[in-house]
Amino acid sequence: MTLLFATRGRVIEWLPAIATTVALVVLWEVLVAVLDVQRWLLPAPSVIFTELFDSFAFLMGHAGTTLAEILIGFAVSIVLAVTIASGIIWSRSVERSIYPMIIASQTIPIITLAPLLIIWVGTDITSKVIVIVLFTFFPIVISLVSGLRSVDQEMVDMFRTLGASPWQIFSKLMIPSSLPSFFAGLKVAAVVSVIGGVIGEWFGSSSGLGWLMKIAGGQFQTARVFAAIVVLSILAMALFAAVVAVERWSLRKYPPTANRVIRLGDS
Amino acid sequence: MNSSPQQSAVDSDVKIGDRDALVAVSDVSFDYEESRILEQVSLTVGRGEFVALVGPSGCGKSTILNLISGVLAPESGSISADGLTHHNDRLGSVSYMQQKDLLLPWRTVAENGRLGLELRGVPKSESTDRVRELATSFGIEDVLDSMPNELSGGMRQRVALLRAVLPDNSVILLDEPFGALDAITRSSLQRWLSEVLDRSDKAVLLVTHDVEEAILLADRVLVMAPNPGRIVAEEKLDIDQSIGSDAMLTGEFIGLKRHILDLLNDQEMGFGASL
Repeated sequence: MTLLFATRGRVIEWLPAIATTVALVVLWEVLVAVLDVQRWLLPAPSVIFTELFDSFAFLMGHAGTTLAEILIGFAVSIVLAVTIASGIIWSRSVERSIYPMIIASQTIPIITLAPLLIIWVGTDITSKVIVIVLFTFFPIVISLVSGLRSVDQEMVDMFRTLGASPWQIFSKLMIPSSLPSFFAGLKVAAVVSVIGGVIGEWFGSSSGLGWLMKIAGGQFQTARVFAAIVVLSILAMALFAAVVAVERWSLRKYPPTANRVIRLGDS
Repeated sequence: MNSSPQQSAVDSDVKIGDRDALVAVSDVSFDYEESRILEQVSLTVGRGEFVALVGPSGCGKSTILNLISGVLAPESGSISADGLTHHNDRLGSVSYMQQKDLLLPWRTVAENGRLGLELRGVPKSESTDRVRELATSFGIEDVLDSMPNELSGGMRQRVALLRAVLPDNSVILLDEPFGALDAITRSSLQRWLSEVLDRSDKAVLLVTHDVEEAILLADRVLVMAPNPGRIVAEEKLDIDQSIGSDAMLTGEFIGLKRHILDLLNDQEMGFGASL
């Protein structure tokens, strides 16, 4: 609800970000005009906004493709991460066998893997989903494991003295306690999922913002590339905001044990 | 889940001298990371008895409760609580109120209170009714739907005690239940505790470093010394505890307090002299 009815307080909160952005855009516009930079090399913000406006429906269509890939990839990542993190918590041997693989998976240069994925699974949505999962499951697993581990030992002992089974301790204590860490991982994943989508599309697809940027870039339609970047950034911020909204809702329902916002420097 | 040593074979042949001893600890030793925490500790708590364990901090008082409740397994010696000699069997069958209230911040007072019954599979409506029955005498009937962070420290301790005793176990262990509270709240809760605990068929073991609290509440006081933790003295009390806070002003009370403090100090002196 608070998201729909943005209060005056929120506008003031956003003011520094808006002011900085506007100042940078104006500076950019002025520098491009003064230095007479070629349009295909670096278009002025006004040119980008014109492009954004003229091709709005076209851009939105491709944004829809990318968003669908991201949402599916994100969902797969969450299921995969929750499964792996639970396995790691429940069994030392699962932890020992799977942790090195998880870390190794992050050292794979995805740019070299993506073309192979196209050959293996084809150019449909699956290859993009796999790339997005490779980007997003790691931060979720790592943060969820540390969240599940950080549960207060005295709380665990209290549950044990009340006769709780390991499953009851896991479901009624560890999962609610791990929510703050889980959402920290989800926020990182939300932002990198957009990069995953673009890289997946780059190497073989027929639609999506990543495909659009590649084609437009090849034709020196630089303004269109930048317009697509603007849409992508908005997409990433919207995903991030959605995760924050779910986080707020669930932390109101499951408040963390230590509920304090630490702020250093000016408030 | 259990990382403690599993040497519980000795648990099975416990000898209970007193037939009605609900808690019997005999010759229990416990080590933590190569250092001896408890050395040959023996104690009993009879049915209907309230025993206090006093000693300086770090003398292993809480460890004794962790052993009796089954959270820890003893290195050697045997423990029986309500006839249960294996530490895993005691988990869930001994009421144990820890030092911190450990209330779950995402549950209401009523939901925190019924946790023990919920974990046993008692239906929600039934366990909620049981919480309501006790809530009035615990003074929390008006806050059953509040969240823990809306309560004062004293109220939180009441909820924690209700959660511990609701499963109606025969053995009740209390670890410094009022240690973190201010003096005024503490003394009112001490009086309340002696009224609210129906101890006729129960055994209560209270750990505290507050000698007055021990004299006020207990039938018997055990004095502990540190390094390693061991029981060094026992004092049977038969003073009139019914007169509440005034009891602390009688000459008898002050004499007892002095005596127990002397016993505690002797240990520290003895320890100091041996260095």
